[in-house]
Amino acid sequence: MTTSRRKFIKISALGLGGLAAGTTAIKMFGTNSYLDTLAAKSITKNFNRTATYCEVCFWKCAAWAYSDDEGNIQKIIGNDDDSHCNGRLCPRGTGGVGMYSDTDRLKTPLIRTTINGEETYREASWEEALDLIASKFKGIKDTYGAESIALLKHGSPGSHLEHLFKAMGSDTIAEPAYAQCRGPRETGFGLTYGSWVGSPEPTDIRDTKCLVLIGSHIGENMHNTQVQEMSDAIDNGATIITVDPRFSTAASKSEHWLAIKPATDIALLLSWMHVLIEEDIYNKKYVEKNTSGFEQLKAHVKKYTPEWAYGITTIKPEDIRKTARIMANAAPSAIIHPGRHVTWYGDDSQRERAIAILNGLLGSWGNRGGFYLKEGLKVPDFPCPEYPEPKWGWKEIGEKYPYAEMGNTSEVINATIAGSNSKYPIKAWMVAGTNLIHTLPQRDKTIEAINALDFMVVIDTMPMEITGYADVVLPECTYLERYDDIRSAPNRNPSIAIRIPAVKPKYDSKPAWWISKQIGERLGLGDYFNYNDFEEVIEWQLQQLGTSLEEMKKLGVKNYDRKSGPLFFEENKTNVFATPTGKIEFYSHDLANKGFDPIPVYTPHPEPPQGFYRLNYGRSPMHTFSRTINNPNLNDLKSENTLWVNPKVARILGLQKNQEVWLKNQDNVLSTFSIKVRVTERVRWDSVYMYHGFGHNNKKLTRAFGKGVSDTDLITKIVVDPLMGGTGLRGNFVSILTENPHKNEAI
Amino acid sequence: MRYAMVIDTLKCVGCSDCVVACQTENDVPIGYCRDWITESVHGTYPNVVMELKSERCNHCEKAPCVRCCPTGASHIVDGGIVLVTPNECIGCGACIESCPYDARFQHPDGYVDKCTFCHHRLEKGQQPACVSVCPTKCMYFGDLDNPNSEVSQLLKNRKHKTLAPEAGTKPHIYYLI
Amino acid sequence: MQEELFTSGRHIPNIDPSLQIWHWPISLYLFLGGLAAGILFFAALFYILGKDKEYPTAVKIASIVPPIALSIGLLALVYDLTHKLYTWQLYTTFRIESPMSWGAWVLLIVTPLSFLWTFSYYREVYPKMEAKLKLFQRLKFLNSLEAFLSKNRIYIAYALIPLALILGVYTGILLSAFNARPLWNNAILGPLFLTSGLSTGAAAIILLSKDKHERHLFGKIDLALIIVELALIVHMIMGYYAGSQVQLEAMQLLVGGDFTVMFFGFVVILGLLVPAVMELIDLIGFKVPVIVPATLVIIGGLVFRFVMVEAGQLTRYLY
Repeated sequence: MTTSRRKFIKISALGLGGLAAGTTAIKMFGTNSYLDTLAAKSITKNFNRTATYCEVCFWKCAAWAYSDDEGNIQKIIGNDDDSHCNGRLCPRGTGGVGMYSDTDRLKTPLIRTTINGEETYREASWEEALDLIASKFKGIKDTYGAESIALLKHGSPGSHLEHLFKAMGSDTIAEPAYAQCRGPRETGFGLTYGSWVGSPEPTDIRDTKCLVLIGSHIGENMHNTQVQEMSDAIDNGATIITVDPRFSTAASKSEHWLAIKPATDIALLLSWMHVLIEEDIYNKKYVEKNTSGFEQLKAHVKKYTPEWAYGITTIKPEDIRKTARIMANAAPSAIIHPGRHVTWYGDDSQRERAIAILNGLLGSWGNRGGFYLKEGLKVPDFPCPEYPEPKWGWKEIGEKYPYAEMGNTSEVINATIAGSNSKYPIKAWMVAGTNLIHTLPQRDKTIEAINALDFMVVIDTMPMEITGYADVVLPECTYLERYDDIRSAPNRNPSIAIRIPAVKPKYDSKPAWWISKQIGERLGLGDYFNYNDFEEVIEWQLQQLGTSLEEMKKLGVKNYDRKSGPLFFEENKTNVFATPTGKIEFYSHDLANKGFDPIPVYTPHPEPPQGFYRLNYGRSPMHTFSRTINNPNLNDLKSENTLWVNPKVARILGLQKNQEVWLKNQDNVLSTFSIKVRVTERVRWDSVYMYHGFGHNNKKLTRAFGKGVSDTDLITKIVVDPLMGGTGLRGNFVSILTENPHKNEAI
Repeated sequence: MRYAMVIDTLKCVGCSDCVVACQTENDVPIGYCRDWITESVHGTYPNVVMELKSERCNHCEKAPCVRCCPTGASHIVDGGIVLVTPNECIGCGACIESCPYDARFQHPDGYVDKCTFCHHRLEKGQQPACVSVCPTKCMYFGDLDNPNSEVSQLLKNRKHKTLAPEAGTKPHIYYLI
Repeated sequence: MQEELFTSGRHIPNIDPSLQIWHWPISLYLFLGGLAAGILFFAALFYILGKDKEYPTAVKIASIVPPIALSIGLLALVYDLTHKLYTWQLYTTFRIESPMSWGAWVLLIVTPLSFLWTFSYYREVYPKMEAKLKLFQRLKFLNSLEAFLSKNRIYIAYALIPLALILGVYTGILLSAFNARPLWNNAILGPLFLTSGLSTGAAAIILLSKDKHERHLFGKIDLALIIVELALIVHMIMGYYAGSQVQLEAMQLLVGGDFTVMFFGFVVILGLLVPAVMELIDLIGFKVPVIVPATLVIIGGLVFRFVMVEAGQLTRYLY
């Protein structure tokens, strides 16, 4: 197998024959599906109901999958007892059916091969594919050490493979969900409160009197209970304040929409602190009792008047004062939401710290209507030998960033490119459940790293772009066809949820636990996989948790009583925070010692040059990033993204609604495909906006291919957060081309 | 009994869960839908307002589709629900032409299809699928003839509107504004 | 700026972005229905007036057109149904409020009557064909049927007068009954389509007639009908003009939009004004080949149905 010039192979060349034959056979006899449905309905009156939790996004709502006797998943309905969803799934969860039924799914293991000088894939048996992986892993392990095999993962398959990797002796594990997403907020809040925000966010939105969203677009991100509780808050008459350069859905529900100039949020936050302190309306009792560094903060924000902020943010001083007073009036039942995807401008941990400090001034952490004190349940580990101690791992790879608390994908890429020159040479990747081509900025670097690898395995349910770069592709079955770990996430009450296969795996797909076990056994790690079926693991764990598989199959979700004490701080008790001072740290000595700003400061960020517009991107409520775009049910709702352009810009550039345009960024990188223009007042004149996840360029994704533009195409410039290594993605500027720049390219 | 749906536009985020739920509950073929979401934006940046609405058959009291159906396939059942009997429908399209809400369509099998208020679920005492899944709980369903029902109370206490009232069909989907 | 869009991506076939439920067969059906109604009306009228000898084309010769037109029309109608196997359901009930039901039943009565009418003149009009086919020799009962029909022709004529009028009006009411399509929703459409149907009927008689006297009379009739039709069109446009926002938008399609050329060019000018002028010239005494205005009227009538069916489906209340 060649290691260089790893060409992207479109899996489309394969496996089509069988599929096409299958569908025509059904169609041939012009069925009357009305009569069929009638018949089907009478037969399947009793659907089988199977407990599961959703895997279409990370919220992992517990649900019931309804399947008929022929093994069709009919529908998926939320579990009423689940605190992640309260019986109501979001569109993606409801549309999870399509993840199972998508005929574009990966169907068999594939192995890269060269036929007549052309690189392509051939179908392989599991036996062969797994043997190959094991031998390759073994070779790399023997030469470089197991540490040189990296795992890049997302979601439920990740934990099974993590177990495999740790058993092999590799802790070289990372996921884009950290440094490309929520990492900075965990650092910011961790430095301030000694606690991550975590997922689900412990925001008591349903009882809040004032919800402040900074660039967070709840309602477009369908983080289920967040959306549900925002709705409750609206019912309860809460004031919503949204800070966003775009008129988001949340902004449309807000009493105050502060149409901020992009990249100036810290100035607004500092100014809000200024108003709270200068007007003496901050939560004095709380600050006195729970915080340290107030005097330094007071001195620090003294100069950050609303008038100062006005010049930066373009938000009127009276609006800044008014909204600060609304927060103060609501305090401590006020939430300045930490957001989720927060890698924007490279000073994101500091911005998150400003958010954390503002919450501290209001006293919202630990108070009703603010942040509740979450509690989770530790699921005991299934007995297995101790993991060997790796010589190095994600921590060492990311050592430049003192506050990184998880593996940083970008650093794994850098180490991979450096190869044998690196202290931490990475020679092989296993990629599971994450389409790095669409999740990571600087695509060229990702591909450079892939080309530097000796070996790469991709595990996915769909022929995502990343699969085209793999040496071996393994088809994973969907969440509806497999067992997975017990879900246990901190919440108001501890709870567990289970995932039981509702139907047999379609095609020749397999669950990740099975893949891990098979590779592990081939590597002589059988002791770590001391079970035949993952069901046994869950069964054992459930017994430890005082329940049983049998009971959980009926319940799906089990809620436990809290053990850590009440949901909120008690008046007469001292609160201890896991920070160096044991208090909420407005001033961080730790940051100061390491040479960082102990209290956040505002630094200006580059602005779009003439003829360019800031590229902003966000979520469509019907999709989870790039992974659901091909889902037949969800694609039906939104099959392509549009380029939001302010009417003023449209007038200047002469753009019409639905006109096809191409984009070129500051580094002269072109969008692969065209995108249709949406002329709308919902976006600022200095920026354009698009939904993230579209613009797939693998033809095998028949519904998603070539539809819209991928923002990731154009994110070639990043600003790295010096605290934790997060990659700020919102400093890219694009110009709008009305002529096809690819016209003259050879195809 | 007079079934009606009340939808709170102040809470709807337009996520389209109602659309998918209807699709999976009622086997609506991909490419078709019995309900949908509209977005109306007014104003000039930064003074903008937006309304999101989940829309579907209005189960009109004076249903033009029922009136113009030549076979009686389109009919009104208890509770004022407008239904289509597939094997009485000839697919003439008159009802589609007659609907000011463009809520009907030709099922790929030829008959005309549309929202049924999930009649089969109501029979089991369940709410329509769209209402039952909505994450924002912005949709309410109930009996307008019962003055104490949630829908009656909401319409009594909140400002509301219907779509295209000028079409004179007396629609029964109400939007709280 | 104001913006309205579907966020859940509605692309239902034949519904979005505008209705395409009724296609060319419906336009053809409406045209043929009107044409048949016109011819049958004149045939019955002139028979009742006792002028069947004087105007043989109107009463006898042109009567070959309605059975063919109605048969093609019916086929076209069924062709455009999407659930064809259930077409029989039309005749399990009569729905008084449904124009489609009215149409189905009227056609069920008119079509056989038109066949009988034509058949009763068969041997008289087409002696050569009968000489070849020898139908009456082979099927003896045809003789008694013909005798029966000849005796009772007057009753058929009495029945055909109202039925033809209903058929003619129905072709308009089928569209105008739809409140949801602002272009169609006006009370003028029924009379307008009836007039247009009578006019195309008269034109067809002119085309088939070899008798100058008869052609002259029908030229006069047609001229009168065209004048009425033009008045009704003006009336219709005035109605839109005074109407609601949606009707104003609908009118825009005809007077300043995609259908303006078709409507004014082919329907109003070539289909009505030009033939009217030519027929007038003919009446004054100048020689005009009557085939030209008659053909223009028929084409104009056909285009008119196409324009109304197509344009009407572009008009809607929402979206």
